[in-house]
Formats: sequence, C-alpha cells, structure tokens
Amino acid sequence: MIITDNLTKWFNDILAVDRVNLHVKKGEVLALLGPNGAGKTTTVRMLTTVLRPSSGTAKVAGHDVIIDDGQVRAAVGVLTEDHGLYNRMYIREYLDFFGQIYGMAAENRRDRIDYLLGKFDLLDAVNLSIGKYSKGMRQKLSLARSLLHSPPVLLLDEPTSAMDPASARLVRNAIKTLRSEDRAIIVCTHNLAEAEELADKIAIIRSGKIIASGSSEELKEQLLGPGEYQIQLAQALNNRSLPLPPSAELTERGPDWFRYRVTSPENVNPLVLKNLISAGFAVVRVEEIKRSLESVYLQAVNQVQDEEIKHVD
Amino acid sequence: MWINLQKAMIITRREIRDQFRDWRIITPIIILTVFFPGLMNFTAQQAVDFVSKYGAAVIADRLIPFLLMVVGFFPISVSLVIALESFVGEKERRSIEPLLSSPLTDVQLYLGKLMAVMFPPLIGSYLGISVYLIGVFRQVGWVPDTTLLIQVIALATVQSLVMVSGAVVVSSQTTSVRAANLLASFIIIPMALLLVGESMIMFWARYEVLWWAIFGQAIIAWLLIRTGIAHFNREELLGIELDTLNFPWAWQVFKSAFIGQPGPIWKWWRINVWGTLIKLKWSILLSLLFTIAGSLIGSTQAEVFSIPADVLDWGYLEEGLVTGIEEIGPIRFFSIEGIGIIFIHNLRAIALASLLGVFSFGVLGIITLVLPFSIIGYFTAIASQTGLSPWTFLLGFVIPHGIVEVPAIILTGALIIHLGLTLVSPNDNYSIGEAWIRTLGDWTRILLLVVIPLLLVAAFLEVYITPLVALEIFSK
Repeated sequence: MIITDNLTKWFNDILAVDRVNLHVKKGEVLALLGPNGAGKTTTVRMLTTVLRPSSGTAKVAGHDVIIDDGQVRAAVGVLTEDHGLYNRMYIREYLDFFGQIYGMAAENRRDRIDYLLGKFDLLDAVNLSIGKYSKGMRQKLSLARSLLHSPPVLLLDEPTSAMDPASARLVRNAIKTLRSEDRAIIVCTHNLAEAEELADKIAIIRSGKIIASGSSEELKEQLLGPGEYQIQLAQALNNRSLPLPPSAELTERGPDWFRYRVTSPENVNPLVLKNLISAGFAVVRVEEIKRSLESVYLQAVNQVQDEEIKHVD
Repeated sequence: MWINLQKAMIITRREIRDQFRDWRIITPIIILTVFFPGLMNFTAQQAVDFVSKYGAAVIADRLIPFLLMVVGFFPISVSLVIALESFVGEKERRSIEPLLSSPLTDVQLYLGKLMAVMFPPLIGSYLGISVYLIGVFRQVGWVPDTTLLIQVIALATVQSLVMVSGAVVVSSQTTSVRAANLLASFIIIPMALLLVGESMIMFWARYEVLWWAIFGQAIIAWLLIRTGIAHFNREELLGIELDTLNFPWAWQVFKSAFIGQPGPIWKWWRINVWGTLIKLKWSILLSLLFTIAGSLIGSTQAEVFSIPADVLDWGYLEEGLVTGIEEIGPIRFFSIEGIGIIFIHNLRAIALASLLGVFSFGVLGIITLVLPFSIIGYFTAIASQTGLSPWTFLLGFVIPHGIVEVPAIILTGALIIHLGLTLVSPNDNYSIGEAWIRTLGDWTRILLLVVIPLLLVAAFLEVYITPLVALEIFSK
C-alpha cells in the first residue's frame, strides 16, 4: 500500500530526508519515531504529494506520488501536524466541505459525518463554532476529517498529541479498528508507548535517515541484543558457582538471584533450569526482563550519534 | 473546465460564507456600497447646483459619470485586502495543509480562491453603482447612456480582476501577510495611476477610449491569472524561506545562467549564444510582428495628423543636408562624439524598455521599443504624401544604419517578451524567482554579446554612413 524507494528530499543544501525505504502493507501500522526535525513530517508530506521528492520514488495505494499526484491525494487521509481548521465554521459544515472536495455524495456525506461525530464523541459540539473547541476536540475533528472519505491509506502526524488520557485512548482504539479494516497506516509520534501499542512495525528516523526498523521485538533484539532473564532462588547464592550452559551468558548476580542472556530461550532456558535443579538450587521464579521501546530508541539514537562523533574525529 | 469550476466553487462558497461571518470585511463593503454612493449623490447634487449658477453645466455633465466610476471602484478596493491574504493568510492560520493534501488540482484551488475574493466586492460594486444611479436619477434626473453604463460595469469588473489576480499572485508567492501587504504597493501604485488616467478620460468625455482601458486590463488580468496558476506551488506555500532575500544565492544562480555550459570559446558561443537565439525564435518573431504592426499604425496616423505640403519642402532638406549636416539637433555627424551620443541614447531606450517590461509582463517595454517604428512609419507615409517614394525615404534615412540597429531592437524586444513569458509560464524545476533570474542571465548574455555590439556598429553607421547616403540621394 505504501512503498518508498530511496525517497530523498533536499531543501536547498539541507538534506531533510535521506534515502528512506518504507513498506507498509494493508492492515499494517507503521510508527515513524524520531526527534523533532528528524524528517517525519517531510516524509509524510512527500507521501501526500505536497512536497516533491528530490530523488527516489514512492507509491501510495498503487499510485506514483509524482505522476498520479491527484489520485494519491484522493486515496490518502491525512492528519496534519497543524489541525487546519476554520474557526468560524461549524463542525458539520466543515466536514461537509471536505466531503464535497473528496467528491462524496450528499447522503453519503451526511451518514459518514453522523458516524464520525458519534465515534469521536463530538455530537455535543455541533452547535459550537470550531474556534471554541478545546485542543483535544480540534485534534479529534481533524482525525474525523482524515477518515471522512474512508481512505485506504492513513497518514497520521502526532494523532494523540494535546489530548487528555481518555480522548487519547479513544483515538488509539479508533486506530486499532482502522487497522483491522485493512488500511495501511503510518503514525508519526514521539510517544513510544503509543507506538509500541499501535504499530506492527516501527521505523526510527534521525537526521532524515532510517536508522532502525522492524517489529518492536525485532528492534529490541537488534539493538539491545539477546533477551535477558532473571532467576530468583530460594536460598542465597553466596560464592557458589552457577552451572550455566555455554550458550547462556551471565550478566548480573545478586544475593539470591542472577540474570543471563540467551539467543534461543526456548532451547536454553529448560537446560538452565535442569542444571540448577541438578546442582541443588531451589528455583522460585523465572522471568524475562522487560525491555522498553524507550531503551531501544535511545540505544538507536545514541549508536548513530557515537558513529557520527567517530566519523568527525 | 466544468469540473474545474464545480470543484473551485466548493472553495468559493466556503470562503464567501466565511467572509460574510467576518464583520471586518462586511462593514466596509456595506459602507462603500450604501453610504458612499449616497455621499456621491450629495456631491453630484451640490456640484450641479453650484456650476449651474455660473453656466458651467458641462462640468456637472462630466462629474456625474466620473462619480459613477468612482462609486463602482471603491467597494473593489476591499477585494485587494481579502485577496492579499487568500493563500498566505491560510498559511499563517495553519489551515492550508489539509487543502493542499486534498485531491483538488492547482487550477481548482487557485480559481476557487480567486472567485471567492472577487465576488463579494464585485457585487458590492454593482450594488453601489445601482444605489448611486437611483439617487442621481431622483435628484437631478440623470440617466446614463447604455454604452457608458456597460463601460463602467466592465471597467469595475476588469479592475477587480486585475487587482484580485495580482494580489492572489502575491499571496501565493509570499510566506507572511506582512510581506504580502508590503508587496501590494506593486498593485496599488499602478492601479492609482490607471485611475488617474481613467478619470482624465471621463472628464475629457472621450468614452470610446475606455474600451482600450477595459481591453488592456482584461489582458493584464488574464496574464496575471496565468502567472498565478503557472507558478502555484504547493511546496512553496508551505516553505519558510520564500521571503528571505538571499543575494549570494541569487548571484550564484545568475552567474551560472549567464555563463551557461562552459567549454571552448566557439563551442560556448554556439551553445550559449546561438542556442539562446534559437530558443528565442518565437519571441523574435513576435517582436518582429509588433515592430511591423507599430510601423503600420504609425503610417495610418499620417492621414489623421497630416503635415501641410508647404511645411515639408524637400528642397529645404536638401539644402540643410548639404550645408549643415554636421550639426543637426544634438547629433554630431562624422564624429566619434556623435557615435557616443547615439549609442548612449539607444542604450537608455533599451534600459527603459526593459525596466518597463519587467513590471508589465513585457507589454510596456514592447510599446516603448515599437514607438520609434511608429514614428518612422508616420514620416515614411508623410514623405509619400509629398510625392517622395517611401523607399527613397527609408533608403536615405533609415536603412543604412537600420539594417544593424533594427535587428538589435527586435532582439531586445524578444528578450523583454521572454522575460515576461517566464513569469506566465509554468516551471516545475525552479521557483518563480529562480526561473526569472535564469532568464535574466540569458537576457544579459545576449545583450552584452549581441545587442550592444550591434548598437555600436549601428551608431557608427548612423554617424558616418547614413548622412553620406542621404546626401547622395537627396542632393540629386
């Protein structure tokens, strides 16, 4: 649904997006993570054809962003960084205006507007001009606008920013529903928990370059190394040596617990337990150490930063 | 076209509705539509009463149509304010991106905005004219001639189109309302001058001349709309660097355009000079046609403004040529100083034409260049009225140096047209500014390497050869 091939954007002599390759299938959500100015919005703007790529290609819903720009725009629902609302309008007329632009029939527009207003809890606000809306309401209205024409591709730039927790939950649930409706979705976000919750794939972008990509688990494996496990024992370890197989690497030990890394836990963990029991240790608990996406993200960003410093030196 | 209009109307309807909810727009329109014509009625009444006391009814006769034009113009002035912020205002309010990301085409978006900013003030203008006409009929019983009424309505419409289309171009090419307002002087000043000209026509009561004003403004409006659509660029509307003056960048662009493709001198000449001349072929043809048309128009004026035969006696001319040719007017023939005078004069004419061309899509520049040809055409026709063969006249006074000078002027005209066309032609690779600077590079190269050498040769011929040829012909 969304394929980019070495997508690049220069603004005069500034390289904003550097050979970005993305592949998002139907029913998939890709989270584009990165610091401010990393190139997330520029990438999205190229996918909406508002910006013209300097080199490389991109196809959205089967249409080339340079050759079939009109068809790309018709196939995309976009939640822009700025909400893009008209303060003197009312919600129904605002959505109806965009419905007309997208060529929707009057009856279809009416039904769809009613549905979306209900879905995003905006029915109580129909008699207020948009200028009187709170930030969260504006964000929900923008999202409703992007969904109005039921686009097969959704590009959402910071979909839950400025929302209270309840509204953010509502929007996240909506995005999950949309994924199940076979849409391809790209979510640009700083919110790592949100990315982990929503995305099938995550791409970390820094200085216009994708520095890591894959599923949350793949990224953890790729950037933080093999999984880490902790075993809690019933008795103190004292100075006893641990009977670990060679494929398990001891990383830390405490008074009555220790941690180790393994590349294939399904094969090695039973062996670790068997060795411990044979050596007379009483095992209380075995657990996987949780690794957050935040540590993945920081690791990826720092790794690139270190490489850049080395390169400069 | 119909689909374009239908889609454009979606934007137009929304924007007009939005404007009608803004008291800052509605209040001046109402004042200028209702109260201002009332004031003009009062003025007309007072003027008629006053001048009739002194038997100068003609002043009142001229004042009433003039006020009709003024009443039609004032509501239109509001359109400038709305149009200036049409695109850039949305950009500042950060509401433009969803529109740019929508399936609307550039033409639909542009036309939608254009119509939205034009309709309310124009309706205000028509209403203002109606209110004034009703008032003036009730007060002094004046009813306009149908043609004059059509002219005033057409004038209001084209003035609105020119102002709006110019302002929308400005609005779509700037990144802040402040910058757009500053650039608005490029619209306000020419419009003010135009209004002064139109006022003179109204007081002069040469109403048929108004058709030319309407026609000229319609062409300028069309060129401005074309320019706006050609250079409408979604990316630049979201850009932040558009208003920043960047002289080093501009100089680099100009230099690279001026130098063109580097290479050995002959190859460089073939590609960058000859190649540019070939690129200019249609502009050259157009310039040639304008020159011919100018000459023909000039020759037709000999019938209207004829010179009595006794004033133009070729015998005197012959005598003058033989006895005092070295010092006719400011030109010193047969002297290096004369070459300098003629060369500098021609250079000044080219500079003036180019400058005027820059601000008028080339139109005023071409008129400036064609004017001398009209004069030549006029005098050739006058000469033929006195029995002299036009060919003898041309051979004696024009052809010896004109054979070099005329191509130089036609080429200058082509360069001016080319500069103007750059503004109205779409260019996917460069911004409007960059495309224009590149064309300026071509302009400078051809001017320095072709036009100026030709003018120097022409000045030499005019000072040393033309008088000899004239002597030879007219002394026989």
